[in-house]
Formats: sequence, C-alpha cells, structure tokens
Amino acid sequence: MSGFNKVVNSYEEAMAGLEDGMTVIAGGFGLCGIPENLIKQIRTMGTKDLTIVSNNCGIDDFGLGILLVDRQIKKMISSYVGENALFEKQLLAGELEVELTPQGTLAEKMRAGGAGIPAFYTATGYGTPVGDGKEVRAFNGRHYIMEESITGDFAIVKGWKADTYGNVVYRDTAQNFNPMAATAGKITVVEVEEIVEPGELNPSEIHTPGIYVNRVIKGTFEKRIEQRTVRQG
Amino acid sequence: MALSREQMAQRVARELQDGFYVNLGIGIPTLVANYVPAGIEVMLQSENGLLGMGPFPTEDEIDADMINAGKQTVTAATGASIFSSAESFAMIRGGHVDLTVLGAFEVDVNGNIASWMIPGKLIKGMGGAMDLVAGADNIIVTMTHASKHGESKLLTECSLPLTGRGCIKKVLTDLAYLEIEDGAFHLKERAPGVSVEEIIEKTEGKLIVPDNVPEMTFA
Repeated sequence: MSGFNKVVNSYEEAMAGLEDGMTVIAGGFGLCGIPENLIKQIRTMGTKDLTIVSNNCGIDDFGLGILLVDRQIKKMISSYVGENALFEKQLLAGELEVELTPQGTLAEKMRAGGAGIPAFYTATGYGTPVGDGKEVRAFNGRHYIMEESITGDFAIVKGWKADTYGNVVYRDTAQNFNPMAATAGKITVVEVEEIVEPGELNPSEIHTPGIYVNRVIKGTFEKRIEQRTVRQG
Repeated sequence: MALSREQMAQRVARELQDGFYVNLGIGIPTLVANYVPAGIEVMLQSENGLLGMGPFPTEDEIDADMINAGKQTVTAATGASIFSSAESFAMIRGGHVDLTVLGAFEVDVNGNIASWMIPGKLIKGMGGAMDLVAGADNIIVTMTHASKHGESKLLTECSLPLTGRGCIKKVLTDLAYLEIEDGAFHLKERAPGVSVEEIIEKTEGKLIVPDNVPEMTFA
C-alpha cells in the first residue's frame, strides 16, 4: 500500500489484526448487503469472544450465523435476531448474550459513534424495557432516553464499487447499515464487487468517503435471498 | 361478521390521503397497498432504506440487492429514493412519515402499545417498531379485537412489555374502528353485522359508545 491506496489482495490481509474479544460492527439488513466473505474470513480465523453489532445475525449457514457454529460470538447487539436454530439454542443455553436495540437507535448509535458523539436522546424505547436503567430527560414536554453510541475495533462493510482510495458506493437497498458501520470502525474493511481507479466514481455520488476506510478488497458474492417474492409478469 | 384481513386493509386504505408518505408493517398493513383509492398518490416507505416501494418483481426482475423491511424482494417505484438506515430512521423519528400502520398484541386506553415481546416465548426483537411508534403522529394499529380464547386486546392497561407509551390514537380491529382519547376507547364504526353489544363485551378497557355507531360498508 502506498499513499491513499487502500486495496488489499487477500482476505487474510483484509482482516489482519482481529483478535479475541474485539467488537466488530457489520453492515447489512437480513442477508442483503452483508460482507459475506469478510464474515467467512472471521470463521476461518476462529477468533472468539466477539461482540458483533449488526441489525441481524444471518441464518444457520449464511452470513453472521456461520460464526455461531464454533461459538465465536459472545454478544450480539441487534434489533431482530433468531432466524437461525443455532442462535436460539445458544441463547437459551446462556452461551450467547443479546442486547436488543431498536433498529433506528442502532443505526444512530453507529452514526453517532463514527461522528464523535458519545450519546444522544431519543423518544424511541421510553417507557419500555429498552429504557430500563437509562437516563430520562424531558425536552419540550416530551420524554427521551439517553442512548450511548457505538464504535468498533473493526467495521466490516459490503459496497458495490470502490475506488482504490476507498471511496465507496452502495447499490440499491444493499446500502442499509453499511455507511454508518463504515464510519464507526477503528479499522474499516470494505469488500466490493468492483474496484475502479480514482476519478472513475462521480465525487458527488460517493456514499462513503475514503477517509473512513482503511482496507478495500474485491470479492465475489453469492447474495442469497431470504424471502423470494414475485408477481406474475 | 368480523372483517376479513382484506376488508381490514380496505378500511385502513380509506385513511390514505393524496401525497401521503406511508410506512406499512408486516401482515395486514402490507395488504393496504392493494387498496389505494383511485386518483390518489401515496409513496410507501420501507425502513431498510427505500422511499417509493413498488410491487414485487417478476421472476426476471428479482434482485438480491432490492428488498423491503420484511426481507422480501421488491422493486422501486418511479421517483423512488434509496438511502441508509440512519437516514431512514431520521425520516421516521423526525415525524416526516404521514401515516404508519402496524400490528399489535395489545393496546390500552392510554395509547400504550405492546407488540414485540411475550415473556416466556423466544424474543426475536423489536426491529423498527419502537422507532415507528415513537416517531409517528398518525398511527393506525390493526389487530383482532380479542384473542382466539376470547380475551380482549383492548385493555385498561397493557399486560405485556410495551413497544411505546402514549403513542396510539387509532385502532382498527376485525370488529370495530376506535379512537383513543382522554383515557378511553371511543367506538366510531362497527363491522357489518357486528353488534355494539359484542364490541362492548370484547373490550376490557373503558369504552365510550355514542348513540349511533355507523356500520362500515364495503363494495
């Protein structure tokens, strides 16, 4: 690597430095826009006791679900989980901790984390189990709870295209949590379908500026579909 | 006769207004999209980051990168925009969505809603429901009036852990359309052939019944 060139050529290099007990923030919604090969690399590395921050936890044999097989996840911070039998089993056995977080709060925790804001107030979750034990303040007659932001040792992100400088564009609803995740990692790794030269992406259309990105790798993707729904054409 | 799921969707659809941005939850709320009245335009918001959700794709159009909040493959309507989850919930939390329709287990006379957690059963999570109820001013809850065992879901106080506090003002059940105000349910309309007596019997929370309760009509 030299200058602003963030491109790495192997998944070993992409995830180098990941250690037991670290926090990893992952982009994706369901199986859409997940960094599927970076997840596979974590599986290969066998890193344990991870805290994973991600809206969901994949399914039994795809996405973050594969990290359950060897019990690599200590804690999940998610808004909706349990699309996999293994997850349920480990949760009920007390082998896996889950911090359920409202989806918008989760997105904002990542956004704020990446933006250097340690906490924020939101009405979401006030008066519910989510608000238990959290500071409550009233603004203009309405109650809000304080939520702390999240940063990670690593952020793993799935983009569509990146240039070698790490400027990233996402495709369709595969964007989801990826732009916030990208800002919130001490080391942010982006895997993409295509790497182009600087200048080939329109500067006005870049979703994640390269300043947030440490490593870029080109991958090939299965892109599994969770709920295949069609209309008659 | 209690309303069918389709009739419930049809009734909710009458609340749609031209130019509304609408978030529809999973289940009956999703069906509302099939009954948008002729001559009005609405735009559907899907909280995973799509404003302007189109119909399901044809087999040829299927794209793994294009899904809705229910993780179903969808298309983008003409004039749609796509954005991050943070942007999506800025719209929701910031009160920019004109109408939110979602299901629930229980609603009470103070506008509290319980929809995500039954103690003792596996808890999968709240997804975006807490943000939706906290952010929207105009919410319609759709649910059956009572459980299969006849227990009312319209209560003095929700028994299940809450999704949101004091945020529900309108409820459409299979028996009635009601509004919540001043610590009571106000009966506004009844399903065709459903008696006021049956609604009273199946409503545990305080219910205000006007002299005349119009019957809903369906084409």
